[in-house]
Amino acid sequence: MPQKITIDPVTRVEGHGKVTIRLDDAGHVEQARLHIVEFRGFERFVQGRPYWEVPVLVQRLCGICPVSHHLAGAKAVDEIVGVKPSTGTQLTKPAEKLRRLMHYGQMFQSHVLHFFYLCSPDLVFGVDGDIATRNIVGIAQAAPELATKAILMRKFGQEIIKATAGKKIHGISAVPGGIHKNLSIEERDYFLNGKDIPNIDTMIEWSAEAVAFFKDFHAKNQTWSDTFAAHNSAHMGLVSKDGGMDFYHGNLRVVDSTGRVLLDDVDYHHYLDHLGEETKSWSYMKFPFLKLQGSQDGWYRVGPLARVNVCDYIPSKLANEEYEIMRAYTHGKPNNMTMHYHWARLIETLHAAEVMKELLNDPDLQKTNLITKGTKTAEGIGVIEAPRGTLLHHYRVGADDRVTMCNLIVSTTHNNNAMNAAVTQAALDMMEGNTTITEPMMNGIEVAIRAYDPCLSCATHALGQMPLEVTLIDSKDNVLDVRVR
Amino acid sequence: MPKITFKIDGKQCTAEDGQNLVEAAADNHVYIPTLCHMKGEKCLGTCRVCMVKVNGKDMAGCTLSVSEGMEVTFDTPELNDKRKALIEMLFVERNHFCPSCEKSGRCDLQALAYRFKMHIPRFRYRYPFFEVYSKVDKLMLEHNRCILCQRCVEFIRDPDTNRKIFSMRNRTNKSMIQVDYRLANKMSEEQIDKAVAICPVGAIIKKGQGFDEAYGQRKYDQHPIGYEVDGGTNSK
Ligand code: SF4
Repeated sequence: MPQKITIDPVTRVEGHGKVTIRLDDAGHVEQARLHIVEFRGFERFVQGRPYWEVPVLVQRLCGICPVSHHLAGAKAVDEIVGVKPSTGTQLTKPAEKLRRLMHYGQMFQSHVLHFFYLCSPDLVFGVDGDIATRNIVGIAQAAPELATKAILMRKFGQEIIKATAGKKIHGISAVPGGIHKNLSIEERDYFLNGKDIPNIDTMIEWSAEAVAFFKDFHAKNQTWSDTFAAHNSAHMGLVSKDGGMDFYHGNLRVVDSTGRVLLDDVDYHHYLDHLGEETKSWSYMKFPFLKLQGSQDGWYRVGPLARVNVCDYIPSKLANEEYEIMRAYTHGKPNNMTMHYHWARLIETLHAAEVMKELLNDPDLQKTNLITKGTKTAEGIGVIEAPRGTLLHHYRVGADDRVTMCNLIVSTTHNNNAMNAAVTQAALDMMEGNTTITEPMMNGIEVAIRAYDPCLSCATHALGQMPLEVTLIDSKDNVLDVRVR
Repeated sequence: MPKITFKIDGKQCTAEDGQNLVEAAADNHVYIPTLCHMKGEKCLGTCRVCMVKVNGKDMAGCTLSVSEGMEVTFDTPELNDKRKALIEMLFVERNHFCPSCEKSGRCDLQALAYRFKMHIPRFRYRYPFFEVYSKVDKLMLEHNRCILCQRCVEFIRDPDTNRKIFSMRNRTNKSMIQVDYRLANKMSEEQIDKAVAICPVGAIIKKGQGFDEAYGQRKYDQHPIGYEVDGGTNSK
């Protein structure tokens, strides 16, 4: 009998999602979908607000990566006040460096949160590990040293955000044309001298250990890591002018699953020429695609794995060494193994730590020339590489300084199609041939989604709690079984 | 001016005869909160947050002049709760969204809500609809945040004609501030800065100013409202 399995909501992702897997009469996976069932509508209620409120207002989309929205919004409103490199007016060096420090601190803490708090239970205990211990509390008991380091690493990133944005969550410092505070010597030394918290060198050391932790896991679980929920796709991300990894600024590059460059050196102001968005009745989350290839075939991935796949190098020593190792594993070709998101994420964590060290030692951060203004314009676009991938903010502003249009394409939305593909692949991997649904199978599906570190609250601009309910439904929508955990 | 003595909650105070009660209390280190009264300016009596009891009657403190032997009751659970209720009413009356307001951390209404430990208002939010008024060249009027204290109405006037630039329109719950935009467009930078500064909330905003002070350095990040009067000895 055809069956529909519902996993509702998905746990240990940020926000609320629901998965349905429809099996045909023979128990084969027929279709798998990730439904996004919440809706928040930030794009609408930003309209009418003064443009300078944008960076502060839109970051309320999320409590996990508010800095990304704060900075993407700030980059867009920079252009409203006439600060746009193509017009010759740009942020002062100290302002850009302070924003970068904030952003790399955010990248660091978000990646640490995701890997250690949300994902490591699956890797340490296995996807089919005992659910009672397969969580961060279980990690704290089984590997207390790892858990302690995770907590201190996250704290370090959050303290960087506090020092640069004013608060750990929802700071206010990035303003149109710059930033309104610098980093004092005392604030800087807090991160360098190791008196109050482990210092930046320790963060680099622990990040390198985290990469080694994954490589060790990979060596022991190679088949699973390489094949689980794996699927081919294109990859998109910002890269610097010379092709280096850059989380704060750059041009868009897209490569396909074999490494063919589909788009390169695309100024993100022209995103509408290259990206389309499709809506589907069963999800509030839109489905972006490359216009070049159409809505059917033009989908792509963003985030750590995509960034590693699109860049030519990583501009920091240790992270670049790890990048070379990771790229060599796929012989320089794009890596399409979904579980390798974790590998890429940890390499980025190491890179973020190295960049923070460089910035903390830069005397520009104590300078006071922090704000620039140019000739006002009516439109601004800001794109940034957020922890979960490319994040795009686009605003138009009326002559009275109020926002008239807002378009947001957040990282998780870019990954919408890819997550559906991963869910389908995971369902094929785990459900195929089975007529009963076990808890490990359910978790397996979630592991595939979690690899993308999806922030479903951002993607639908919504927020939610995450108990888990599984419903088994046949093709006539009769509920065959319900499991709640 | 002859000195007189009077009492606040039994505390012996001295003041000039006829001095405004809120100001006389401040001179004696008693902070009577207010959202409309400004030192040295004429009393408006609009917010009623300065409520005290004199001769058994609730009265707006800023409307009273002190006199010899006057006995004022100020810090009682009943009066504090009434004051808190008034602040809560101001919050539910319009749409105060502190997280994205540039006056946050320097807003008198928010600071009083903290001082009175307001968490959830006891009244239902009314969610009225207001557009931001943005036709003036250099300022905006954010009606969602206005508490109708009328400071702008009284104290911001056209220097040439003394005519009001801001005025009240309508009555009861339809009341709102309107702007004479021709006069407003003549305002100097200093006068705009003054209007922004005297507005106790973020209702009058200077275009393009935004979040110009760092978190931790804003007026009420350091000390709660009223600290300069009572040194933090009273939380109400
Ligand atoms: S705009 Fe400000 S000063 Fe004027 S009445 Fe409203 S709250 Fe008071």
